[in-house]
This record gives sequence, structure tokens and C-alpha cells, in this order.
Amino acid sequence: MIARFSALVALVALASGTTPREPHRPAGGTISGKVTFTGTPPKAKPIDMSKEPNCVTQHPTPVTTEDAVTGPGNSVRYVVVYIAAGDQGAAPATDTVRYDQKGCQYIPHVAAMQVHQPLTIYNDDPHSHNIHPLARVNAEWNKSQPKGAPPIRTAWDEPEFIALKCNVHPWMHGYFAVLSTPHFAVTDSSGAFSLSGLPPGKYTVTAWHERFGTQSLEVTIAGSETKPANFVLTARPY
Amino acid sequence: MGRLFAVVVTVIALVSAAIFALHVWWLPPDISAHGSRIDRQLNETMVTAGILFVAAQLALGLFVWRFDVRDGMPPRAVKTFPGGVTPLVVLAILFVGIEILVLTFVGSKVWASVYQTPAPAEALQIEVEAEQFAFYFRYAGPDGKFGTMHPDLMNDATQNFFGLDPANDTTARDDIVVGTLVIPVNQPIDLRLHAKDVNHSFYVPELRIQQDFVPGMVIPLHFTATQTGKYELVCTQLCGLGHYNMRAYIEVKTPADFAQWLKAQAATS
Repeated sequence: MIARFSALVALVALASGTTPREPHRPAGGTISGKVTFTGTPPKAKPIDMSKEPNCVTQHPTPVTTEDAVTGPGNSVRYVVVYIAAGDQGAAPATDTVRYDQKGCQYIPHVAAMQVHQPLTIYNDDPHSHNIHPLARVNAEWNKSQPKGAPPIRTAWDEPEFIALKCNVHPWMHGYFAVLSTPHFAVTDSSGAFSLSGLPPGKYTVTAWHERFGTQSLEVTIAGSETKPANFVLTARPY
Repeated sequence: MGRLFAVVVTVIALVSAAIFALHVWWLPPDISAHGSRIDRQLNETMVTAGILFVAAQLALGLFVWRFDVRDGMPPRAVKTFPGGVTPLVVLAILFVGIEILVLTFVGSKVWASVYQTPAPAEALQIEVEAEQFAFYFRYAGPDGKFGTMHPDLMNDATQNFFGLDPANDTTARDDIVVGTLVIPVNQPIDLRLHAKDVNHSFYVPELRIQQDFVPGMVIPLHFTATQTGKYELVCTQLCGLGHYNMRAYIEVKTPADFAQWLKAQAATS
């Protein structure tokens, strides 16, 4: 009897998984907040792109490193905030994640996606790039994309934070945050994030930053409310 | 047909010799203190080899013209070299071998005077790190001391191309790391070449300098630039897929401009 009931629940869950998501106004609660730091963050270092004149002309003001981007009020950009525990089998993310190689930079520096979510990688520059995701859990690969080459269409099978590098331009670095949940966000320039469409329940919300580490908070959602979750990461200058 | 071949051989020999003699394709102007020695050696090599090349090709053309056999002519008796083929080959090997040995002996003296001498004591020390597919340069910073390199700490993502440990090594904190080699004019420069991954090469035609990087070796290289300007440094060892793209620029500045640049870099590092 219990087995039959479980199968029914699974069937309902599966059916609900096929219904289209509403990206803008999903039902349920929301967890939103801001990520800030204490301590001294590393200085942003200017990047010398002179070996690639195309990229120099695309940046009238020199580009700086993006591994620790901070802003007013000690805000931290490019922090991945996601539901680490308590996920209740929401519909998978199916929209395609776009990732660009432009002006010898990865845009955005950090892209979050769910496992199996379609990922399309473009080379917008008038010269070659060679994107190399340094995957350890997933299969590692690297692909060359000459000028005008078609985009790379792919997806990741396992959750993992994958560092990216360009095999031609050593300064190019980024991250793919591949998550098992469809509830994720990457903080903007003000350090803000918002996770919406959460059914009532108890959640573990985790913030991950490539240099400042991870931090988790417990948040309980009772209905269609918005609950705050603010993270304070510890920054070190080196 | 034989006479046409003789004419073609002669024309090819004279045109190609003229291209080199008139410096149609030649090195860019020399901007280094030692470059005139390299240029003189290169000239001597080209003149010696050129004379032999032109003489051999003209002789070939002359003989083909003189001893051409056309349709309807009776066959001629072939005169052989006195003693047969063996003394001919031995003589040719000796003649060419002596020429090569003389050029090597004279050339190695010039090479050693550039590459095997120590840098002057007042030379500005700069570390160079070559990796697939870029060059990076490190200056000691205001304290005049280079931080120790830790290969395990090398991280392109944080621009730590030299594997410095500023958290624990105070001498590393003010080290200046840049992607363009900026140097003062008329001051000896003392480089230390490091390779992170595979063999690379440091080649600046204007400086008349070409030196390989070898992983695991720290290779000294010194020179003095005598003209301000911007020059290209290219890798001339096939080092992988992006080898074609491995280059950096050298900016030779006046001492005042260089001091100002160094000060600005120290402020941001």
C-alpha cells in the first residue's frame, strides 16, 4: 500500500515537472538578501591584454581581475546562492544559459546552472578562443572556437563548481556553478540575490564565492512570504 | 632544353643573391649594444656562403650550356674527375667542412661574447615567466627584493603567474608583475628566464636576441637597448596550439619615463 502510494506521489511529481515554469512570478515564497564581506579583500589587478590588440581596443579603460569584485557597503558580486538542502523536487530549469567570450573576458564571470540545463557558449571576438572547463567530477574537455565558429552547445551531468580557463589567453578565467537545484542566483553588483518559487518548508541556503569560501543559513518558508538571508563572508587580502 | 635550364639556373642564382645583397629581406634595424657584432657575423656568413653559392650555380649553368647535347649531335666522351668520383667527393666535403668550421669558430666567439658573459653589476634585474601562451615579467618593487617563487601557488585566475606567497613572504608583496616588458634605454637589463610548462623562446629581432626557455632551468640573459620605442617579443619554439599567439611587447623608455612608470606600477601592486 505504501509502495503504491509512493509511486503515485512520484507520478504526480513527474507530471508537475513537465508543466512550464513561470520565471517572473512563480508561486511560493522567496528568500532574498545581500552578500557582504568583513576583512580586507584582495586588490583588483589590471589585466594586460596587449598581446591581443582586438581586446585592447574593446576596453577603453583597462579591465581588472574578477575573482573578488566588491562594491559599496562591502557588497560582493559573483556569489552563487542556492538551495543546498530542502529542495522539494521543483521543475528543472530548461532555459538555455548563454555564456560569452567577448573582449578576452568570460561574460558573466560566474554562470550558475542546473545539471542537464542547456548551456551555449559563444565566441564574439574576431579571433580564436579555447575554452577549457577544468572539471573534476564531470568529464573535462577543451574546445577551440576560431572567429565565427558556431556556438558550443552542451550541458553538465553532475553538480560541481567548475573553474574555466582559456588555453590561449591565460588571464581569462570564470566559473560554471553546476547545481542539483533549480533554485539559484548569482549576486549582482550590489551583492543582492533572490530565490523565488519556494514551496513552504525548511531550507538550507548556501552562498559560494571562489575566494571567500562558502557559508550556509537555515531559512523556513511558511507561505508566499519573502524571508531575508544575508551572508557575511570573510575576505583576506591574499 | 639544356641551354634553357642553364639560363634559368643562372637567373635564379643571381636574383636570389641580389635580394640578400641589397637587403630587400633583412632584419629590422638593430637597437642593441651588442647587435653590431651579430650583424657583422651574419654579414660575413652571408658573404662567404653567398660567394660559394653563386660560384657553384654559375659553374653549373656554364657547364650545362657548354656541354649541352642537342638532337642530332654525336654523343661526346665524358671526361671524369682525375682519380674518379671518390677524390671529388672527399675534396668537396673538405672544402665545405673547412668553411663551416671556420664560420662556427668565428661565430661562437661572437655568440659567447653575448650569451656567456656575466651581466654588469648595475644591470636591472627582471624575472620572465613563459607559459602557454604568454610572457609575464616581474620587477623587485620598492624593497629591491624578489619574493620566492612557489610553483604550487601559481594561479592564472588570480594573476599569480610567478607563484608568489604574499600572505607569508613580505618581500613578495611589492613585487610588480606585468604583461609588457618595460625597460630603460641604455641601461643593461639582466633577465632570468623561467618556463612554467614547456619549452618557449625569447626572440626580439631588433635586440638581436634569441634564447630558449627550458622548464626546470633558470636561464640568464642580458642586453642593453639603445633606442626607445615599442618592439615585439615572440615565442620561436613551437609550444602548443596557441604558439602563433604567444607574444608580448617591449617598451624601451627614457630613464625618466621608466622611473615614472615603475612608480605608478608600485602604487597599484
